[in-house]
Amino acid sequence: MGKVKAGIIGSGNIGSDLMVKLMKSETLELTTMMGIDASSRGMQHAKKLGLTVFDNGIEGLAENPDLVDIVFDATSAGAHIHNAGVAKELGKQMLDLTPAAIGPFVVPAVNLHENLHAENVNLITCGGQATIPIIHAINQAAKVEYGEIIATISSRSAGPGTRANIDEFTETTAKGIEQVGGAKKGKAIIILNPAEPPIMMRDTIHAIVEEGSMDREEIMASVQRMVRHVQSYVPGYKLRTEPIFDGNNVTVFLEIEGAGHYLPKYAGNLDIMTSAAVKAAEEFAKNRLKVAANK
Amino acid sequence: MSKIKITEVALRDGSHAMSHQYTVEQVKTITKALNDASVPYIEVSHGDGLGGSSIQYGLSGTDELKLIEAAVEAADFSKIAVLLIPGIGTIEDLKNAHRIGADMVRVATHVTEADVSKQHLETAKELGMETVGFLMMSHMAPVDKLIEQAKLMESYGADTVYVVDSAGALLPDQVAERIKALRQALTVDIGFHAHNNLSLAMGNTLAAIKQGATRIDGSVRCLGAGAGNTQTEVLAAVLEKMGIETGIDFYKMMDIAENIIAPILPGTQEITKDSLTMGYAGVYSSFRLHAERAAKRYNLDSRDILIELGKQKIVGGQEDMIIDVAAELAKKNKITV
Repeated sequence: MGKVKAGIIGSGNIGSDLMVKLMKSETLELTTMMGIDASSRGMQHAKKLGLTVFDNGIEGLAENPDLVDIVFDATSAGAHIHNAGVAKELGKQMLDLTPAAIGPFVVPAVNLHENLHAENVNLITCGGQATIPIIHAINQAAKVEYGEIIATISSRSAGPGTRANIDEFTETTAKGIEQVGGAKKGKAIIILNPAEPPIMMRDTIHAIVEEGSMDREEIMASVQRMVRHVQSYVPGYKLRTEPIFDGNNVTVFLEIEGAGHYLPKYAGNLDIMTSAAVKAAEEFAKNRLKVAANK
Repeated sequence: MSKIKITEVALRDGSHAMSHQYTVEQVKTITKALNDASVPYIEVSHGDGLGGSSIQYGLSGTDELKLIEAAVEAADFSKIAVLLIPGIGTIEDLKNAHRIGADMVRVATHVTEADVSKQHLETAKELGMETVGFLMMSHMAPVDKLIEQAKLMESYGADTVYVVDSAGALLPDQVAERIKALRQALTVDIGFHAHNNLSLAMGNTLAAIKQGATRIDGSVRCLGAGAGNTQTEVLAAVLEKMGIETGIDFYKMMDIAENIIAPILPGTQEITKDSLTMGYAGVYSSFRLHAERAAKRYNLDSRDILIELGKQKIVGGQEDMIIDVAAELAKKNKITV
């Protein structure tokens, strides 16, 4: 089977981690890194790997459109609005890892199949990628009236973008809990913990289910199936302790250890974003190859 | 003599002790009385600030905006303050509070994470609100780090920066050292917020004032998280004896404490073994009731949970770790039995 060509915009931490992951992909061939600073570590590394490197961002791709079919945007919400426009004109499928959220929210374990042909999909937030699968799993067993998540990440893994606009995390994640997770009402909280050595990403999910719909066994089974599903693309994703049931309330505790590709293992919050993006792109690629084979 | 401006926090910090069940009627009565006693600032919010109503921290019995509105209506002298912890509350929450009349916002972050407060402080300034940067768990950072973070808040437009001893863990010399260093490094006002877990709230507050802090928090009848804060009516009396002006009528404050607050307290605000343990181990004061509940659920001594939370350097807002730690301790106990 052939591969589908991929490119990354943004050569920072996220872009660099994507680079490591994409080099291992069996369905995607990473060809291009689009940055703005040719001397940056990520750009230098991309050169060393033999990738085509553009230091004028997506404009480089506009001049060489055959290099890439699927684009990952690891820049910022502001830059993404421009990048998305260019990608659309070029007819390139876009995975948006910024908070811009132009396209539909995607969580690979929940709603990827509905968005295989979308020209632009958004990966929500790290907390969303970690917790929305669980809200969805609970919602399949018992209707979720209210879903609340608390994401605790190590201070070191919270980049300047997250820090400068922390409301984006809480607001976008809450929306994702409702739109993708299926909760009637969503709420999200994020905590930064500066402890050294850095803590692993932890997420707590509280769900209040509809009166009379609580079915512990069904919820447990659904949550455990979902954890295995997410583990298929985020191996460090696990339940920390047994879920707690209390009246109509279910509480699930998660820990996410990163793969340690480019980013340290404690940065499970960043790893789950890049892993989810690569997983989504691989499914897009498989779908394209299947369509091409059937022609 | 110098002038100290006191912020009464019973309607915010005390919300923890009240399990976030304040009613409009209570807020109205208390605010009106505090206003009559000439308390300059009254803070009203969920214990964890705007947007704090959650399963994680406790759902509010009454929407906090209704409580803030009631306070604004009841006060014609006192200014109404709100707390906002970025990561929990948002700019939208801030705008809602401002719209209904909140005069001042205190934007709170963990002592090492001041940069998440930039947007909120700047927005508050644009709205024309008085701004405070609130550095929580100040005992967890060395003095130079505290200064660096306080300077950030100052640069974002904070009119005052507070040293917040959320765990009631600081000793008087440590308070003095911190306030003195901040007084030298900043041009804005310096504030101090104490918890009485080690019975040092008053001593620490006086140490802070001596080094130049001019904004001080108190809670009437110690109605705050853990063992409460510096007791406002006592503070007003002590400062009056020292010849330091607060403008507060402490005789009226005593009446509020005795006749309005005491009857609604769920329990007396004394230094219980849990509060003492929090001060000793450096644990966020609002963990008290959550740790009690977790201890009951897992048949543990709540002190063991709190000590472990301190060891793991858990910060404010991580209430979910209480259950996590309790479950781990229960597991260990089973293995050793």
